[in-house]
Amino acid sequence: MAAIYSLYIINKSGGLIYYKDYGSAGRMDTNDSLRVASLWHSMHAISQQLSPVSGCSGIELLQADTFDLHCFQSLTGTKFFVVCEPGTQHMESLLKFIYELYTDYVLKNPFYEMEMPIRCELFDINLSQAVQKDRVALLGR
Amino acid sequence: MAPVGPRSGEAIFASVERVNAELFTLTYGAIVRQLLTDLEEVEEVNKQLDQMGYNIGIRLIDEFLAKSNVSRCVDFKETAEVIAKVGFKMFLGVTASVTNWDAEGTCCNIVLEDNPLVDFVELPDTCQGLYYCNILSGVIRGALEMVSMKTEVTWVRDMLRGDDVFELQVKLLKQVPEEYPYKDDE
Repeated sequence: MAAIYSLYIINKSGGLIYYKDYGSAGRMDTNDSLRVASLWHSMHAISQQLSPVSGCSGIELLQADTFDLHCFQSLTGTKFFVVCEPGTQHMESLLKFIYELYTDYVLKNPFYEMEMPIRCELFDINLSQAVQKDRVALLGR
Repeated sequence: MAPVGPRSGEAIFASVERVNAELFTLTYGAIVRQLLTDLEEVEEVNKQLDQMGYNIGIRLIDEFLAKSNVSRCVDFKETAEVIAKVGFKMFLGVTASVTNWDAEGTCCNIVLEDNPLVDFVELPDTCQGLYYCNILSGVIRGALEMVSMKTEVTWVRDMLRGDDVFELQVKLLKQVPEEYPYKDDE
């Protein structure tokens, strides 16, 4: 079954607030992950300007030979994107689910400072459960 | 998987975990009383309640968007309707209505017939300038700011001051979409 390589969450200014990798493919050190995050933030913004269709809200899917990148942007500007094996199913539902986990375990934590890196254990625990392969399949029902 | 449409306030309210209404009313009352004791000035308390509401609103908006699945509103009129019908229903269990639109469609009033924050509350003479529910104006202002709308939210009618309903005026000051900064001189 197709696998998820990594998950990124970036705040509305393009700063990386969460990075988790799930496989050996595409594992990155801190600096590289920060670079990918700001690169993606810029690409996403530019794509909105370049789009021939008006009212475009940015790139949702990037397909390459060795990976797919699915991106979800909330109306508040926070972007959740996942790098996965080409052809992985149900990534959009997974991203929406991760958004819900974010609104619960991160935003409702009164000690979490907005726009800052996420250091919430409950978020990590619930996220790991969500990303497990069998759970991802359930999201697609 | 087919895209899920927006959910009604009723449906979301029924699906989330709820807390005892008396506990909610008592907790809010305790907050207001403590602020009055600490700050003494009614104006200061109003400001503090608004600030607290703002801090709640900036976090609440994502919760609202995640649970309700609403898509981007076309104009401010739709925004106000969504706040009144889905937002208030989802978080306070009450339905509000939108009235009194101005000509440009940037200013309206939201009317609440029912308000769980003020159950059992009466304002004494010493607190006549107090907007007891000022946290609500902060919540709306904070939430809208996170979706690029700068607004001004003020109380028009307040049942604790003798009126028959609670009425908030929500005025859109400006839309501030996130702009990617381009350097023109290069």
